[in-house]
Amino acid sequence: MHNSGFSLPEPIQGPPLWLLAELTYKCPLQCPYCSNPLDFAGHGEELTTAEWVTVFKQAREMGAAQLGFSGGEPLVRQDLAALIGEARNLGYYTNLITSGIGLTEKKIAAFKDAGLDHIQISFQASDAEVNNLLAGSQKAFDQKLKMARAVKAHGYPMVLNFVTHRHNIDQIDRIIELCIALEADAVELATCQFYGWAELNRAGLLPSRAQLERAERITNEYRDKLAAEGHHCKLIFVTPDYYEERPKPCMGGWGSLFLSVTPDGTALPCHSARQLPIKFPNVREHSLQHIWYDSFGFNRFRGDDWMPEPCRSCDEKERDFGGCRCQAYLLTGDASQADPVCAKSAHHDVILAAREEAETSTLAIDQLSFRNDRTSRLICKG
Amino acid sequence: MSDNVKTPSLDQTPRLRPGYRFQWEPAQKAHVLLYPEGMVKLNDSASEILKLVDGERKVADIIDTLKARFPAAADIDEDILGFLETAHAQFWIQFT
Ligand code: SF4
Ligand code: SF4
Repeated sequence: MHNSGFSLPEPIQGPPLWLLAELTYKCPLQCPYCSNPLDFAGHGEELTTAEWVTVFKQAREMGAAQLGFSGGEPLVRQDLAALIGEARNLGYYTNLITSGIGLTEKKIAAFKDAGLDHIQISFQASDAEVNNLLAGSQKAFDQKLKMARAVKAHGYPMVLNFVTHRHNIDQIDRIIELCIALEADAVELATCQFYGWAELNRAGLLPSRAQLERAERITNEYRDKLAAEGHHCKLIFVTPDYYEERPKPCMGGWGSLFLSVTPDGTALPCHSARQLPIKFPNVREHSLQHIWYDSFGFNRFRGDDWMPEPCRSCDEKERDFGGCRCQAYLLTGDASQADPVCAKSAHHDVILAAREEAETSTLAIDQLSFRNDRTSRLICKG
Repeated sequence: MSDNVKTPSLDQTPRLRPGYRFQWEPAQKAHVLLYPEGMVKLNDSASEILKLVDGERKVADIIDTLKARFPAAADIDEDILGFLETAHAQFWIQFT
């Protein structure tokens, strides 16, 4: 196309449809696979209530319809009910993504009054935590179960999210049973993605192929069973792309549908993009309109002009956009490379080695790096 | 509640499943159905039907209303029943 004397017009960039508001990096938990940046303790001042409302208004005017409140733990923000109310008034479908820690019946009711549409409770549990949970012991997990029941009692749709890894994936049948008993409307069983904290801990987290195949088979059996019963609970099983030969189309394309705003106002095309060596714009300095359509960061990997080989001449580039930029950067040191998950990538051996390692890893859960301020300060150079 | 039906019968009353919201999106110039972490963009006929799914009108009322509004449309009954069946299979709506 570049030598053919004419070029087709670039497809017109549509608006962001999804806005993720990462209200705070503060969190009472310390998951070893947290997707927050490794140096989160070194980041700037949180946006104020008024600043968030301005962000919501701008994104809504542009066309965003789904709004997710996340973090960190969004419940840490004292103005959460007010933010929900503002967002709902603007016409957003509002999703609260929480660990359930810090949730109370009173808050559940107050959020309902404010117009909250949906609550997702994440069981971002380590091995011991999942065990406690399934065994019904330990206070924190009694709390989660109690809150899951209260969420349903208040008439919300509820999605339960379980991050699976090699230490808990073998209990997938019990996880599914528990979710059905809690009347979840959907269950996300996602093997952790290896960005942020999970990358640091990969050898201790990545399940073996046999573990994964077993978990997928069991999930499919439950799907058939639910379908036969006319049960609406949806099981969403996300395989780690380390076991694929082609990468996933990251976020439906860079800067294509999804806009994420971090606690200090940095706007990102995907919540893990902050680790890339790109300066991303801040909502304190620019309008969202400018950020989305004109900023360097959001245009950096749009279209396919940026692609080197093998993606450039590949006939699959419109399906996967060359995969995940963060993974490419993390594993090759160059964010414009093909995602090494792709078998056509010259760096695919990194993935093969990780699979190999997953067959033999003996790292126990207590050898993982837990996500907390202390570890973060050690990693943060600032 | 007979929420296990396949083809809806005329005296049943459809309503949106709790947590689902139907609204007009100016930026997409379309009606959409919003639900936990998801969104479907609806075509015109689906939108016309869903506008009438309010938990009060029976399937028969919806058919009559749309027939009166679009007298030239052929086989409108089948289209409406077909859409409601799909919407139910997708768990967008419930019948009572
Ligand atoms: S992944 Fe875990 S540690 Fe990270 S923000 Fe979420 S709950 Fe907190
Ligand atoms: S070479 Fe690039 S575009 Fe082709 S399948 Fe692999 S990642 Fe996708």
